[in-house]
Amino acid sequence: MVSFATEKKQDLNLLSRIASGDGHGENSSYFDGWKAYEENPFHPIDRPDGVIQMGLAENQLCGDLMRKWVLKHPEASICTSEGVNRFSDIAIFQDYHGLPEFRQAVAKFMEKTRNNKVKFDPDRIVMSGGATGAHETVAFCLANPGDGFLVPTPYYPGFNRDLRWRTGVNLVPVTCHSSDGFKITVEALEAAYENARKSNIPVKGLLVTNPSNPLGTTLDRECLKSLVNFTNDKGIHLIADEIYAATTFGQSEFISVAEVVEEIEDCNRDLIHIVYSLSKDMGLPGLRVGIVYSYNDRVVQIARKMSSFGLVSSQTQHLISKMLSDEDFVDEFIRESKLRLAARHAEITTGLDGLGIGWLKAKAGLFLWMDLRNLLKTATFDSETELWRVIVHQVKLNVSPGGSFHCHEPGWFRVCFANMDHKTMETALERIRVFTSQLEEETKPMVSTTMMAKKKKKCWQSNLRLSFSDTRRFDDGFFSPHSPVPPSPLVRAQT
Amino acid sequence: MKQLSTKVTSNGHGQDSSYFLGWEEYEKNPYDEIKNPNGMIQMGLAENQLCFDLIESWLVKNPDAASLKRNGQSIFRELALFQDYHGMPEFKKAMAEFMEEIRGNRVTFDPKNIVLAAGSTSANETLMFCLAEPGDAFLLPTPYYPGFDRDLKWRTGAEIVPIHCSSSNGFQITESALQQAYQQAEKLDLKVKGVLVTNPSNPLGTALTRRELNLLVDFITSKNIHLISDEIYSGTMFGFEQFISVMDVLKDKKLENTEVSKRVHVVYSLSKDLGLPGFRVGAIYSNEEMIVSAATKMSSFGLVSSQTQYLLSALLSDKKFTSQYLEENQKRLKSRQRRLVSGLESAGITCLRSNAGLFCWVDMRHLLDTNTFEAELDLWKKIVYNVKLNISPGSSCHCTEPGWFRVCFANMSEDTLDLALKRLKTFVESTDCGRMISRSSHERLKSLRKKTVSNWVFRVSWTDRVPDER
Repeated sequence: MVSFATEKKQDLNLLSRIASGDGHGENSSYFDGWKAYEENPFHPIDRPDGVIQMGLAENQLCGDLMRKWVLKHPEASICTSEGVNRFSDIAIFQDYHGLPEFRQAVAKFMEKTRNNKVKFDPDRIVMSGGATGAHETVAFCLANPGDGFLVPTPYYPGFNRDLRWRTGVNLVPVTCHSSDGFKITVEALEAAYENARKSNIPVKGLLVTNPSNPLGTTLDRECLKSLVNFTNDKGIHLIADEIYAATTFGQSEFISVAEVVEEIEDCNRDLIHIVYSLSKDMGLPGLRVGIVYSYNDRVVQIARKMSSFGLVSSQTQHLISKMLSDEDFVDEFIRESKLRLAARHAEITTGLDGLGIGWLKAKAGLFLWMDLRNLLKTATFDSETELWRVIVHQVKLNVSPGGSFHCHEPGWFRVCFANMDHKTMETALERIRVFTSQLEEETKPMVSTTMMAKKKKKCWQSNLRLSFSDTRRFDDGFFSPHSPVPPSPLVRAQT
Repeated sequence: MKQLSTKVTSNGHGQDSSYFLGWEEYEKNPYDEIKNPNGMIQMGLAENQLCFDLIESWLVKNPDAASLKRNGQSIFRELALFQDYHGMPEFKKAMAEFMEEIRGNRVTFDPKNIVLAAGSTSANETLMFCLAEPGDAFLLPTPYYPGFDRDLKWRTGAEIVPIHCSSSNGFQITESALQQAYQQAEKLDLKVKGVLVTNPSNPLGTALTRRELNLLVDFITSKNIHLISDEIYSGTMFGFEQFISVMDVLKDKKLENTEVSKRVHVVYSLSKDLGLPGFRVGAIYSNEEMIVSAATKMSSFGLVSSQTQYLLSALLSDKKFTSQYLEENQKRLKSRQRRLVSGLESAGITCLRSNAGLFCWVDMRHLLDTNTFEAELDLWKKIVYNVKLNISPGSSCHCTEPGWFRVCFANMSEDTLDLALKRLKTFVESTDCGRMISRSSHERLKSLRKKTVSNWVFRVSWTDRVPDER
């Protein structure tokens, strides 16, 4: 397919290298999981045997609160009779500074999601086309083609597209290990920095996601300080993707890099930047609200000019500014969201505990990092892919294999839990239970011959119909469950 | 700061140009009828504020769409989660049909070939990323929209090589100008990937003639390059002529579904025709599946908000509304343009005869001290700081002749426009040139009117020929 595209391109002088290459990351074999879901999506009544989508990191648990608020506040819309007096002003508003009330409301929300431990300056808030747009903008601002960013593994596959595709920037992995809970150590950072140097890649920054996708872990104060010190010492940027800030469960605390820079004397703040979004914390990915928050004045200035390429719709800015200015609602929403996430997390982890399936202890996120290493035939990514295909096609759960997140060790899977209702979660757990008990049954019978034992072991493999010739773990990467996106009722509604 | 990219440290964003500086001055001292009657009047903003009442009354009559409901039920949750970069099918269908309607339903647009983007700003940049390598060039007729320097070049690394157009033939594109531009690019060692035209033109306010469109299609065919037609003002055509799209020409030349048609792309937006720039609705239309596919993936960097898609799909699906809107929009634009043109005439100022757009291309060459861009800038500063009108100097649009200015007319009330014209007239009369003009103004106006009528007559009877001047 790639060669056909190249041929076609040469014939017609049609596309740029960027457009005809694989930099978008969507040509990965992992798309089988998405395809399987799209061909046969689970529905409790219409398709009870369909594939359950557990590869989509969405927060759907508090949609009812959001909906209630919108119905109760027609004036937040510029289209209802209560709000239409603002229609023309808002419809013509394309100032890339954004509505002042929008920036103020977002700044306030960012403070609340960080337990009011820090202040955010509304004048440093720059809009972007979701966190996707924010990341690309930051890359364009901080790096030239050929430069590199260090990124701890495992990381969100979409970074391959967002940070590299059109910018020409490289990603240099910082290897983290399960042996210490995938912590980001200074040793690992130094090793990655050295690797980059050997490959002649000038390192321009370090990008961390905190809370982590896919791990769900949060960085503690010590670690954050060490990251700030490391980057400051090297004179490189620190970009903190904090889009899951409000997804910490129950009592867990989230510490933002914003808090830590206040505590470090002589911190060079010109090197500190935050990427934020309302897609995860508020469950509003469709509204495309991304934010670049930088402590560097020049970056704010230029990112703002770049935001022309992905401004937030003024209609949305207006709605969000009204919603986030309702402090009672926001407080209730954050509180309730954390409780529901905690409850859902408890539900799935209790279920997995009961089945002897391990998972990384984490305090945040819309997913958990499941440990299936003991189910691998061999500790290889080939094996992980085999197991993954069984889970997708036979257990009918679309989960995301660790290899797609550039995890260093095979056998880990990201499982999303906040994008479905309670009954679906129960069904998913039941399927896992059936699968694991089948495995147990098949390996149980004690036979004397070794041959028989070998035959019986991991016999889910005999059901495999697919080939695994391409294990392009280090390819441009499995694209995240960002697009293509599962069939939405809005798509089906057309027919 | 060496820790920042060259995109940050250079001026590639293009916002140090006078086009944007005028805006900054306006923002320091904006006119308000009551609060700041001596403030600066914004005439540098190509916005369409004439028809909000039509949209507002539609909203009142369509409460479901207005409050994000379907059949009385809130669909907010679904909208909140909808982030498919293919866009809402209903919305793309409605966009395609609206685009067809603007073109008299003479051509069809397949919704599957539409890629949504965050405004035409994003659409144009995305197309550049898809079609050009860093260092490749696109040819653009001058004068052109100053924002193209940012949109087409800044982050893509592409280059713009101008196709010089002159007032001697009403700034029309000629074959020799095209060839010269192509050769110029070759001399500069730049690979030409295509031509980009804005039709109707910003800043000229004129639609391309069929002759020009044929010329362009022939040119890109012979050179095996792309043609991007930015048609964001297609719904603002108010002249006697109907709007001819590049798609019309492909059809008339029987080039649909050919290899050439795969290299012709249209950029559209709802910012000008519907006056909704805040909503960030842009689109790329391409007949080439690979481009649609690549651009769709890139649209992740600037998707259209789902609540906006939903609202506008309802609005644009209402055919009664769209046909009424287009007709009324054109009427009001025409009347407003006439008001500006006659007001300028009474100050002894002529414009390029326009039939579209939200602005006029005004000839102030006679007010320059010398026929230079320095003199143009001097005049511009006087108009901005003394007359307190923010208009856009031709040099900011890369015009090759000094003395032309773009003056917008659709972003203010009639009273504000009248006041602006009054200020301008006073200013002109206070200059030496103005005094001369007012002395012979009667004669001059008589001869101007004669010229205008004869142009009109000439144009109507010789639509496919090149008139001596527009």
